[in-house]
Amino acid sequence: MTAPTPCLEVKNLNIAYGDFVIMRDLDFTIDKGDVFIIMGGSGCGKSTLLRVLIGLKEPSSGQVLYEQGSFWDGDEARRAAIRRRIGVLYQSGALFSSMTLAENISLPLQQYTRLKPRDIREIASLKLALVGLAGFEDFYPSEISGGMCKRAGLARAMALDPDILFFDEPSAGLDPVSSHLLDELILELRDSLNATFVVVTHDLDSIFAIGSNAIFLDVESRTMTANGNPKKLLEEATAPNLRRFLTRGKE
Amino acid sequence: MQSRPTHIAPETSTSEIVVSNDGTLLTVTLKGVWCIDTPLPNMEPLRRLLTSCAPRLKAMAFDASGVTRWDSMFLGYCRKALAIAVEAGLGVDTGGLPPGAASLLDLAAKVPERKGAARHTRAEPFLARIGSLAIGSLQSMENLLEFIGDVTQACGALLRGRAVFQTSTLSSLIKQSGIDALPIVSLISLLVGLILAFVGAIQLRQFGAQIYVSTIVGIAMLRVMGAIMTGIIMAGRTGAAFAAELGTMQVNEEIDALRTLGFSPVEFLVLPRMLALVLMMPLLCIYADLMGILGGFIVGVFMLDINPLQYLSSTWQSVPLANFWIGLVHSTVFGILIALAGCYRGMQCGRSASAVGQATTTAVVTSILSIIIATAIITIGCEFIGL
Repeated sequence: MTAPTPCLEVKNLNIAYGDFVIMRDLDFTIDKGDVFIIMGGSGCGKSTLLRVLIGLKEPSSGQVLYEQGSFWDGDEARRAAIRRRIGVLYQSGALFSSMTLAENISLPLQQYTRLKPRDIREIASLKLALVGLAGFEDFYPSEISGGMCKRAGLARAMALDPDILFFDEPSAGLDPVSSHLLDELILELRDSLNATFVVVTHDLDSIFAIGSNAIFLDVESRTMTANGNPKKLLEEATAPNLRRFLTRGKE
Repeated sequence: MQSRPTHIAPETSTSEIVVSNDGTLLTVTLKGVWCIDTPLPNMEPLRRLLTSCAPRLKAMAFDASGVTRWDSMFLGYCRKALAIAVEAGLGVDTGGLPPGAASLLDLAAKVPERKGAARHTRAEPFLARIGSLAIGSLQSMENLLEFIGDVTQACGALLRGRAVFQTSTLSSLIKQSGIDALPIVSLISLLVGLILAFVGAIQLRQFGAQIYVSTIVGIAMLRVMGAIMTGIIMAGRTGAAFAAELGTMQVNEEIDALRTLGFSPVEFLVLPRMLALVLMMPLLCIYADLMGILGGFIVGVFMLDINPLQYLSSTWQSVPLANFWIGLVHSTVFGILIALAGCYRGMQCGRSASAVGQATTTAVVTSILSIIIATAIITIGCEFIGL
C-alpha cells in the first residue's frame, strides 16, 4: 500500500467577510485519490470554504497549498497553472447559457490544447457520453433539465482530465437514483483517472458511500471539529453536533 | 379570597374572553369562534390586568372548553398571551387548551430563537447615513478603478495579440450593436435634424436668412447631436443589454466558472463588447449625421422653399470639416463609456433577479451621465485647442 501523498493542504485558514469571521483555524490535508467530504450543517460556510480553495475568494489569513505551491501567495502564473489542473462543478452546473453543451466543453479544450476542431468535438462527445448525455451535444442549457445541466457541468469540469475535482453540492436536486449513479461515477473516475475529489455536501448516503476522508464544519464554533473517515467518525465521535449530523438527528 | 371577574368587552360577537382572577391564579377563559375571519381581541386588557395584579399572581392557565372552532388566529393569541405571562414571570399551564393547540404551541417554542438572525432596520440618524454613503462610494470608487485597470490590462493583451475571447461572440455583438440599431438611429436622427431645422428656420426666416438653416443643422449634427443622440440610443439599447447579460451570468455563477476555467472574465466578456461598440459607434455616428442633414434638407426644401442643390452645397461649404472629426471623437469615447458602464454594472451585480434589474437601470443612468460629462470635457478641450 503506497503512502498517501498530499495534493492539497490547508494551513491555519481564516475566512471572513470584512470584520465578520465565517471560519477560523482550518487545518487539513487532502491526499491523492481521496474522496474528501466537506460537511456541516446549513450556514456553516462549506460553499465559502470551497470558493477559497478554488480561488474565488481570498482568505483573511492562512495558506492553501497545492502541489505547485501556495495559491494565494503565489503570482498569477502559478495560479493559472493550478487552475489548469483543477475542475469545478458548481451547484447548478453554471453552464454558459449562450453556448451549446458541446461548445461549453470545447471551450477549455480550445484554450489549453492544440487539437484540431474535429478532435475537440470528439473529446467533447466522449465526455458527454461518460456522464450519460450522448446525443445532447447541440442542445442549449435552457433546453435540458436541471439534473442534465449538472451532468453537463461535470463533463466540462472533466474536460482537461484534472488532478482535483471540486463538487459543490452535487446531489442537490437529484432524485435518489441519479444521486446513486453520480456516486458510482465519482468512484469510477477516481479509479480510472486517479483523480482526487473534494465534495461539499450534506447528503449522508453519498458521504458514507464514497467518502474516504472528511471534515465537519460546526456552525456554532465556526471552525472544523472533526477530521477523518466518515464511517470511523460515526463509530468513534462523541461531539453532540457531529453525532446528530451523522445519524440524521437520531442521536 | 374573592374572585373578581373582569369582563373584557368582546370586539366581535363570536369570541369572548373572560378573565377571572382567583388570587394567585389568572385564568383566561376563551369561548366562541376563533378563526381567521373574526377579528382578534386586544391584548391590552390582559396586559393591564397582569400588571395591576402582578405581585400576587403566580401562574396563568387557560380554559378553552367553550371554544367551538379555532385556527391559527387562536394560536397567535395564545402565543402572545404566553409570551406576556412568561415575561411577567408567571408559570403557565396549557392544559386547558384544545390538545392540538397545546402541541403546536410546544412545537413553536422548541427551537429557541436564533440570536442575531433577526434584522433590525432602524432609521439611522441623518449624519450617519451621509457617513455610510460616503464610505460606500469610496468603496465603489475602488471597485471601479480596479475594473478600469483590468480593462486596460486586457487592452494591452489585445494589442499584443494575446487576448482570449471568442471571435464568434465579437461578430454577433457587432451585428447586434451595429446593424440592428440602424432603424432606430435613422428615425431619431432624422427627427432631430428636422426639429433643429424647424426651430432655426422660424428665427432665420424673419431675416430672410433661411439658407443658414443648412449651416446650423450641419454644424449641430456633425459636431455633437449625431454623437449624443446615437450615444443615448445605444446606452438604453446596448448598455442595458450588456448589464443584463453579464448580471444574469453573475447570478448563474457563469462568471465564476470562467474564472476557475482559467479565463479572465474581463478579456472574455468585456473586451469583445467594448471592441464592438468602439467599431460601430463612429459608423453609426456618421450615419446619424447624414440622416440629420437629410432631416434639415426636408425642412429646407419643403418648408423654406430652398433649392435642393443649393441647400446641399451650402451645407458642404459652410460646415467646417473639423466638426465631423470632433463628432467622431465624441462617438468613439461614448462607445467606450457605454461598454464600460454596462459591463461594470453587470459584473458588480448582486445574486438575485432584482439585482439584475437594478444593474440594468444603473448601467443606463451611468452611461448617459458619463456621455454628457464627456461631451462637456471634450467641448472645453476643443475650446482650449482652438477648434
